[in-house]
Amino acid sequence: MINFQLNDDQLAVKETALKFAINEMRPAAAHHDQTAEFPKNIIHKAWELGLINTCIPAEYGGVGFGHVDGTVITECLAYGCLGMNTSIMSNDLALLPIVIAGNHEQKEKFLRPFTEKFQIASFCLTEPANGSDAAGIKTSIKDMGDHFLLNGNKMWITNAGFAEIFVVYCTFDSKQKHKGLCAVIVEHDRDGIEIGKPEKKMGHRCSDTRAMTFKNVKVPKENLLGKLGDGWKIAMKTLDHSRPLIGSSAVGGAQAALDHSLRYAKERIQFDVPIANHQAIQMIIADMTMKVEASRLLVQKAAWLLDNGQKNTQYASMAKAMASDTCMEVATNAVQIFGGYGYSVEYPVEKIMRDAKLIQIYEGTSQIQRIVIAREGLS
Amino acid sequence: MNIFVCIKQVPDTETKVVPNKDGSFIETSSIKWIMNPYDEFAVEQALLVKGTNANINVTVARVGSVQSSEALRTALAMGADDAILVEAADNLDSYTTAKALKLAIEKSGKKPDLILTGKQAIDSDCLQVPQLLAQMMGLPSVSVVVGFELNGENLVLKREIEGGALEIYNVGLPCLVACGKGLNTPRYASLPGIMKAKKKPLTQHTLAALGISDADRKVKYSEFKLPPEKPAGKKFDASEEQNIGKVVKEVVTLLRNEAKVI
Repeated sequence: MINFQLNDDQLAVKETALKFAINEMRPAAAHHDQTAEFPKNIIHKAWELGLINTCIPAEYGGVGFGHVDGTVITECLAYGCLGMNTSIMSNDLALLPIVIAGNHEQKEKFLRPFTEKFQIASFCLTEPANGSDAAGIKTSIKDMGDHFLLNGNKMWITNAGFAEIFVVYCTFDSKQKHKGLCAVIVEHDRDGIEIGKPEKKMGHRCSDTRAMTFKNVKVPKENLLGKLGDGWKIAMKTLDHSRPLIGSSAVGGAQAALDHSLRYAKERIQFDVPIANHQAIQMIIADMTMKVEASRLLVQKAAWLLDNGQKNTQYASMAKAMASDTCMEVATNAVQIFGGYGYSVEYPVEKIMRDAKLIQIYEGTSQIQRIVIAREGLS
Repeated sequence: MNIFVCIKQVPDTETKVVPNKDGSFIETSSIKWIMNPYDEFAVEQALLVKGTNANINVTVARVGSVQSSEALRTALAMGADDAILVEAADNLDSYTTAKALKLAIEKSGKKPDLILTGKQAIDSDCLQVPQLLAQMMGLPSVSVVVGFELNGENLVLKREIEGGALEIYNVGLPCLVACGKGLNTPRYASLPGIMKAKKKPLTQHTLAALGISDADRKVKYSEFKLPPEKPAGKKFDASEEQNIGKVVKEVVTLLRNEAKVI
C-alpha cells in the first residue's frame, strides 16, 4: 500500500542529519567554496555520527540502513552543502561495488575498517577519453599468474587525494567492450599509483577531484570483485543503487534554494510590498515547489523499489534525471528571485546554481539517463 | 551512581503558536515537538558525567502526552540508559508536574544521587519545576548553572547572576542542578545511537497509577488567547522646517488625549 510517512527511525535520523547540515556544514560552506579546501574535519564529524558509509550492512559493522533511509540522510546533507555532500556520498559510491559483489573475506577486509576508523574510498570509472561510454574504458588488467597488473588513466576521481582504497574499473580485453570489464580494489599505498593535483572546478569546489595514473600496479588476485568480466554488471548495479542517492542530493540542493527564496521573497520590498505578494514571483515559487516535491517522491520510489527487492533501473534514471534537472532549474530561479543579490557571492544561491550543474553531469548525464529510461521502456 | 534527567517536550522554536478552538490550550495538531533546549544541556551534562565512570546509570524522565515521544527517544539516542514516561496532558501545572516526577523517580526504585533539569521550559516559561521537585525531595538545588565540576561527592557549580557575574556553589550529593545555556555543547544523536535507543527500556506510568488526581492541581488555566494585535504606528513628517511646530503640537495632543501617557 502507499505510505508517504517516514517511520520513527527515519524521522530521528533526519533530525540528526538536518541539524548537522544546518549547524556544521552550512556555516562553513562559503569558506570551503571560496578556498576549495577539503572539509576533512566536517566529514570526520559526519563519520562519528554514522552519517557516512550507510550502505555497509550490519553484519560488517554498519548501521544496517535501507535505501530509502539513505535518501533521507543524503537529502539533508546536500541541504547543508552540495559540495561537501559529494565528498561524503563518494564513500558510499566506492563501497557499494564491494557490498554488491564482494565475497565474505573482501567485505570483512575492506568494509569493516570503514566502520571502525574514519577513512575515505574512491570510485574510479571515468577516464580522460571515456565518460558516458563507460564500456569503452582503456585501463587494463593483466593476469600475471599470482597477481594482476593494472595500467591506465582515470579522470575526475572524487576524494582521490585522501582515499585509502580505490575501486577501479578496468578491462582484460578492451575489444570485448562490456564483456571485458572488471572491478578491482586497489590500496592507495601500492607502487605505481600517481595522483594528480586537485582540479579547479565551477562548483562542488571543496570536493577533492583529481586525475590518476596506474603504472604497472601489482594487485593481489583476492582483490578482484567477482570474476574477470563481471565489471559491467557490477557497475550497472552500483549505479542502480547510487542514482537514487544522487537524486536525493539534487532534491536537498533544490530544497535549500527554494527555502532561501521563500525567506527572501517575504523580506524583499519592491513597489511597497514584499515581492512574495507579486504574482510574478508566486508563479516561480509554485513551480519550484511542485518540482522539488515531485522529484523527492520519484527519488524515494526508486529507493523503495530497491528496498523491496525490485528492479529499479528505469526509476533510478528517472529519479536522477528529474531531480538533477529540477535542482538546476530551481537554483537558477532562486538566483532570479534574489535578482542582483542572487548573483553576488554574498548570498547563498549562486553557489547552489554552480553546484547544481554538476549533478546533471556526473553519475550519468541527464542525456544518458534519458537513453536508459527510453531503452527500458522500449525493451 | 544514579542520575535522573527531567526533560520536557516543547513546540519547536519556529512554531507559530495559536490557541485551540475552545481556548483550553494551544493547538497541538501541527506542532513539531523537540526536547526543551535547556534540557539538552542537562542530558549532555549527565552523559559527560557518565563518560567518566562506567557505573553510572542515566535515567531520563518526562511528564506529558504520549502521541509522540521524540524528546525521550532523542535522549536515549544521545546515550541515556533508560527512560520513564508519565502520561499526562501537555498543559499540566508546575506543581503536578514536579509531584509526578518525584513519584516516578521514587517508583523506579533507584535512589537519585543527582537530578539534572533545564533551568526553564521555553514554552510555558514557569521556571518552577526544578525548585518544586528539589523541595519535594528534600534536596538542595542550584539553578541557571553554567559551570559544573564533580569531585567525588562534591559539586562545584557556577551560577550566572545579573550583569554576567558568577556565583560559585559547593554542593554535596545528592542534589538537583538546573542547567543554563553555555554549560556545555549538547551532542547530536548518532545514527548507531538512534538504532540502539530502540532496545533501551522505557517505563510508562499514568498519573492515576502514581496516585495523582486533578485535586493535586494548583493552577487551572481559564483561557488561552493571543494578545490583541497592535494597531499600526502613526507617522509624522517633520522633514520640512516650517512643519516642525505643527507636528510637535499634534504629537503632544495625541499623547495626551489618545494614548493618555502624559
